Amino acid sequence: MVAINRFIKDFGIARIIIAIFLLSLFIVAPIFGVRVDQSINDVIVRFGMNSIMVLSMVPMIQSGCGLNFGLPVGLIAGMLGAVISLEFGAVGFAGIAIAFAVGIFFAAIFGFVYGMLLNRVKGDEMIIATYVGFSFVFLMNIMWLVLPFKSPASVQGFKGEGLRTTISLDKFWIHQLNDFWKIKVNDYWTIPTGMLLFFAFMAVLVWLFFKTKTGTAITAVGSNPDYARAAGISINKMRIISVMLSTMLAAVGMIVYEQSYGFIGMYNSPLAFAFPSVAAVLLGGASVNKATILNVVIGIFLFQGILTMTPSVINSAINIDVSEIIRIIVSNGMIVYALTRGKKGGE
Amino acid sequence: MKDKNRYRKLLTSSVVPLMFIVISIIAIPLSRFSGVYLLDQIITRLVRNSFLVLALLLPIMAGMGINFGMVLGAMAGQIGLIFITDWGIGGAPGLLLAAVLATPIAILLGYFAGGVLNRAKGREMITSMMLSFFVAGIYQFFLLYMCGNLIPFKNPRMLLSRGYGVRNALDLPVAKGFDNLLMLDFGGVGIPIGTFLIIALLCVFTIWFKKTKLGQDMRAVGQDMHVSNSAGIAVDKTRIQSIIISTVLASYGQIIYLQNIGTLNTYNGADQAALFAAASLLVGGATVAKATIPNALIGTALFHLMFLVMPVAGKYLTGQAMIGEYFRMFFSYGVVTLALILHSWKKQKDKDMDRASLRLALRKEP
Repeated sequence: MVAINRFIKDFGIARIIIAIFLLSLFIVAPIFGVRVDQSINDVIVRFGMNSIMVLSMVPMIQSGCGLNFGLPVGLIAGMLGAVISLEFGAVGFAGIAIAFAVGIFFAAIFGFVYGMLLNRVKGDEMIIATYVGFSFVFLMNIMWLVLPFKSPASVQGFKGEGLRTTISLDKFWIHQLNDFWKIKVNDYWTIPTGMLLFFAFMAVLVWLFFKTKTGTAITAVGSNPDYARAAGISINKMRIISVMLSTMLAAVGMIVYEQSYGFIGMYNSPLAFAFPSVAAVLLGGASVNKATILNVVIGIFLFQGILTMTPSVINSAINIDVSEIIRIIVSNGMIVYALTRGKKGGE
Repeated sequence: MKDKNRYRKLLTSSVVPLMFIVISIIAIPLSRFSGVYLLDQIITRLVRNSFLVLALLLPIMAGMGINFGMVLGAMAGQIGLIFITDWGIGGAPGLLLAAVLATPIAILLGYFAGGVLNRAKGREMITSMMLSFFVAGIYQFFLLYMCGNLIPFKNPRMLLSRGYGVRNALDLPVAKGFDNLLMLDFGGVGIPIGTFLIIALLCVFTIWFKKTKLGQDMRAVGQDMHVSNSAGIAVDKTRIQSIIISTVLASYGQIIYLQNIGTLNTYNGADQAALFAAASLLVGGATVAKATIPNALIGTALFHLMFLVMPVAGKYLTGQAMIGEYFRMFFSYGVVTLALILHSWKKQKDKDMDRASLRLALRKEP
C-alpha cells in the first residue's frame, strides 16, 4: 500500500488519470471499429516527429530560463537549414546531413543572440520569449519572400520568387530517418526505427551533457543562482549555453519533423509548435524550473497519445468532433496550472 | 541641472511615439492616401479601439503588467452580443442589454483570472496570456456544443446547419447602435459623438477612480506589495479587483468595437484584441509599469495610422502585397516585444544598481 501511495505521489495524480484515460481509449477502440495497430503506429510516428522539439525544452528549464515559448526561433533555424539544403539540390542522406549542419549553424547564432537577450530580462523570460517568437516568425515571413532562393522545388512556381507555403520533400530527403532500419509489422503498422533511434541518440547526448561539468553548472544556475554565483560559476554564460543548446535541438527537431511529414511548412507554421511542446513536457511531470529526459518521454507519449486517439475514437463513438477543443483546453490548462506552481519568479 | 534631467526624462518617455510619428511621416506619402480619408479612418479607429485600450490601464497601475487576459472580457462581450442578436433587439437598447448580459460573465471570469494571477505573482503577463487561450477553449465549447442544444436559440439562422452551435460569422442588428446616436458630418469626416461621449465617460471614471481609496490602494500595491501588505492593504483582494474592473471594461470595449464593425467573427474575433490594445498603448509611450489616458488615446491613433498606411506603402514600394501584410504583423508584435524588453531591462539595471550601492554602503560602514 505504501509503495502504491509513493508511486501515485511520484507519478502525479493528473498523469495517472490521463494514462488511464489513454489506456481505456485503446481498449474501447476496436468496439468502434478503430484499428488498434494503426493507432499504435500513429502514436509512435507522432512521438518520433515531436520528440526532439519537446526535448529542446529541457536545457532552458534546467538553467532557470523557464519554459521555452520562444521555440519558433530554433524551428526557423531548422527551416533555414532545410530550404538551404534544397538549394544545393542534395538528396538522400547527404541532403538531410546538410540540413542538420546548416540548421545547427544558424541555431547557434540565433541562440547566442536570443540568450544574450534573455540574460537582460531575467524574471520575465517567458512572456518576452513568447513575443520574440511571434515577432521573429513574422520577420522571417518577409525574409522568405525577399531572400534569393532559386531552387524550382521551393520557390512559388508562378512568379519564380518567394518560397511556397509548403515545400514537398518528395524528391529530396523524405522519410530519410523513418525508413532507416524500418520494421514492417503489417500493412497498418510500420515502426520507424531510425527516427526513434535518432531521438534516443539525442536524448542520451543531452543526458550525458548534463553529467559533464558544464551541464552540472547549468543545473546549479537553475536551481540556486546565488549558490552558483558563490561557487564562481558565470550565470550569464551558463544561461547562454543552455539557450543555444535548446535552440539547436529545436532546429534538429524541426528537420526530423519535416522529413517524417514529407513537407517543409513555411511562413506561420512554426507558431503551431511552441504551446503543444511546452504542454507535452509539463504533462510529463516537468515544472517551470525542473525537467528530466523521463519527463520528456512520458510527456510526449501521453500528449501525442491523447491527440491521436481522441479524434478517432470519440468521433466514431459519438459523432462529434470535440477533440480539437479538448486539445486546446488540456494543453493550455496544463500550462496555466504549471505557471501557478513552483517557485515565484521575478521577485 | 534639474531642468536638464526633466527634459531628458520627457524625451525618453516620448521616444517611442516620436519614432512612430517619423515613420508615419515617411510612409504616408508613399501610401498615396488622401488626408481626409486618413482623418476619417483615424476617427473610426479611435471610436472602435480606444475603449479596449483604456481597459488595460488599471492592472498596469496595480503592478500586474499588461492584462493579456482582457480577451476574457472580450469573449463575455461577444456572448452578450450573440444573445441579443438571437433575440433580435437592435440599436442602442440592444447594445445596453448586451452590456448588461456581459457584465456578470465578465465579473465571474475576472474573479477567476485574478485568483489565478495571484498564484503566479511575478509572471502575470504570460499567465494571463495562457489563461486567455485556455478560456478560449471553454468559450468555443460553449458556443459550438451547448448553444442551440442545452441553451435554446429562437432564431435557427443563427445556428450551423447541423442544428446546434453558433455560426462562424454573424451580422449584428445592433451595428452602429452607439455611433448613430449623434453623428456629425464635417466635410466628409463623420464624427460619432455618441460613442466619443461613452469613451469620455470612461476617461472621467478612470481619473475619478484613481482618486478613490481603492484606486490609491491599487497604486500602492503596484509600487510595492510587501509594504502595502504591512500597511494593511489586502493585496490579493486589490489585485483581483483591478482585474475584474479591467475584464468588465474589456467586455464593454469589445461591444463598442463590434457595433462599429457590424459583423461578429464568432470563434476568433477576440483573439487579437489584447495584442492590438497592448501595442496601441505601448506605441503611445506607456510602459509595462506606467500608463496614462493620453498614452492610450495618442497610441491608438498612431498605431492604427501605421497599421493602415504600412501595408499599402509596402505594396507600392516593393510591389508585393504580402510583404506589407507581414510587416504589419511583425510591427505589432515587435512593438510589444520591444516595450517588454526595455521595461524588464531597466528593472534589472535598477536592481543591480541597488545592489551595488548597498555593497558600497556596507563597505563604508565599519
